[in-house]
Amino acid sequence: MTGAQPAIRLTGLTKSFGSVNAVDGVDLDIVEGEFFSMLGPSGSGKTTVLRLIAGFEQPTSGTISLRGQDVTNRAPFDRDVNTVFQDYALFPHMSVLDNVAYGLRVRGVAKRARQEQARAALDTVRLGGFADRKPSQLSGGQRQRVALARATVVQPKVLLLDEPLGALDLKLREQMQVELKELQRTLGITFIFVTHDQQEALTLSDRIAVFNEGRIEQLGTPAEIYERPASPFVAAFVGTSNIFDDGISQALLGRGGVHSVRPEKISVTTENLPLVADRTAAGVLAEIIYVGSSTQLIVDLDAGSRVVVLEQNDAHRAATNGRGARVTVGWNDSDIVTLAAPAPALTSHP
Amino acid sequence: MTVDASAPPTRRAVVPPQRGSIARRGSVFLSRHPRVRLSLLLGAPLFWLGLVYIAALAALLITALWTVDSFTGQISQTWTLDNIVAVLTGSLYQTVTLRTVGVALLVTIIDILIALPIAFYMAKVASPRAQRILVIAILMPLWASYLVKAYAWRSVLSQGGIFEWLVSPFGGHSPGYGLPATIITLSYLWLPYVILPIYAGLERVPDSLMEASADLGGGTWSTLRLVVLPMIWPAIIAGSIFSFSLSLGDYITVNIVGGANQMLGNLVYTNVGAANNLPLAAAIALIPILIIFAYLAAVRRTGALNNL
Repeated sequence: MTGAQPAIRLTGLTKSFGSVNAVDGVDLDIVEGEFFSMLGPSGSGKTTVLRLIAGFEQPTSGTISLRGQDVTNRAPFDRDVNTVFQDYALFPHMSVLDNVAYGLRVRGVAKRARQEQARAALDTVRLGGFADRKPSQLSGGQRQRVALARATVVQPKVLLLDEPLGALDLKLREQMQVELKELQRTLGITFIFVTHDQQEALTLSDRIAVFNEGRIEQLGTPAEIYERPASPFVAAFVGTSNIFDDGISQALLGRGGVHSVRPEKISVTTENLPLVADRTAAGVLAEIIYVGSSTQLIVDLDAGSRVVVLEQNDAHRAATNGRGARVTVGWNDSDIVTLAAPAPALTSHP
Repeated sequence: MTVDASAPPTRRAVVPPQRGSIARRGSVFLSRHPRVRLSLLLGAPLFWLGLVYIAALAALLITALWTVDSFTGQISQTWTLDNIVAVLTGSLYQTVTLRTVGVALLVTIIDILIALPIAFYMAKVASPRAQRILVIAILMPLWASYLVKAYAWRSVLSQGGIFEWLVSPFGGHSPGYGLPATIITLSYLWLPYVILPIYAGLERVPDSLMEASADLGGGTWSTLRLVVLPMIWPAIIAGSIFSFSLSLGDYITVNIVGGANQMLGNLVYTNVGAANNLPLAAAIALIPILIIFAYLAAVRRTGALNNL
């Protein structure tokens, strides 16, 4: 088998519910062994794409192939992909061990062999001592790991994860992110990860597809998505962006079109102090928000736009005057991103 | 984000201080005394349960230990085990008991077999609209009188009735009046009581569990056997308790479509009425009670009642 063959190939994939196209002509190649994220707001079609790949839904048109094999019309139990569900979907009447062994059981693996493999899978997610518990006796993070063990014990070619960390609290989520990444590296299989959390997608992924209204808005590495967003939607959805519409761009940058600049790329000083930047603009400090490692400044520019500036709270941070003070903001031309579509009036605030 | 500075400042509404009315003082007392609260809440239903339910059962047991003066027909309150012994050893009672239990078991099995696919369709396949219509359709027969439904089956199963008209082209015959007709009619009568709990049980099985099973490689049969059935087992048991106990006590249906066959209820009825032997009737009535107790105990051992 050639390495060039994609793990998953979607061609013209469309799914309609009534008159609504939840997924609207998606073409996508997912490379063998990569950690691939589908990022988008709720209702953007990312979960539907995942359910189509798993086989829980039938596409209205288009095809799905798995390692070059057309699986569009195959039943879920006939596809070499496994899913970690958002609510984990553990069988409540079975012990943790039986849950993990389930996939082997329906494949006809003998009892002793399947229990051995299930125990090994539980050990890899550090739940070896919980084999005899019921799912209801586990915490959210532990259930999550049981779901992972259950889906990976049958050695799928592709693991689908549907917002698996959504129900966990922040600390646990960060810890599970690291574990997921490590697990993916150990298993060496393709992960397709659905999330609405842009931070999670940026942290974990090799590549990200940003979904909007059933289509892929942008496809690229986390750095590409963050540094060079291709559309106003991506710029606004992934991280915080200052988006300048046509008129403001004319005034500030001297050219038309829609542009954006990230808050951390803007520097700020008190008015009349020198500022090293390709372009500067004057304004009034409207709000100061302390967020721990950094401070968020909101500046109302004289040109008629509002920008968000993010300053690190390090030793060198310039002393900022209070609200209402006159300030100068500045940025370099290389940090300006031209967004593709000249969109209708957009506010410059995230 | 922005604040409209032109909005008028909101005026503080004047909230009167709470007064110590009697109702309020009562509430305060109850909130401080949870035991009083509990006894007020449970007192009436517990009294009702004790009087109507336990007392009636006790009266039944006591009556079974009395006897009837065969000359005057009056109940004589002399303690004797004669009735119990007669019921336990009499071949008539043994035959009728076995027949009644057999009918009740068959009715229960038939109802579960019919109810499972219907309930599954309602809970997992039908659209929400169709679901509501089906629930109403299943509840609808309960609004009609029991007698009307039993007599309707009598006419359906009669010679030259609808049943015969339906099956005669295929060489079939109406079963006529007898035990098969009794089983058919009872199955019809108790079907809603079996469908509804199973439907409710299936509603509680999340779709994602069936998807997870399919995802892990389980075909339709594996999913049903390993995931769905174990999860709705308590609901099936609940439904079976209805159909089993209702069949066990029935005596009207068997009178209407059962031909000459008798069930335990008929024996009770005859002894209360024509034979005027209330103590013997009470002793016979203890049989279905014991059977139900045994059934519940057996069910309890399976653990199905734990999640009910």
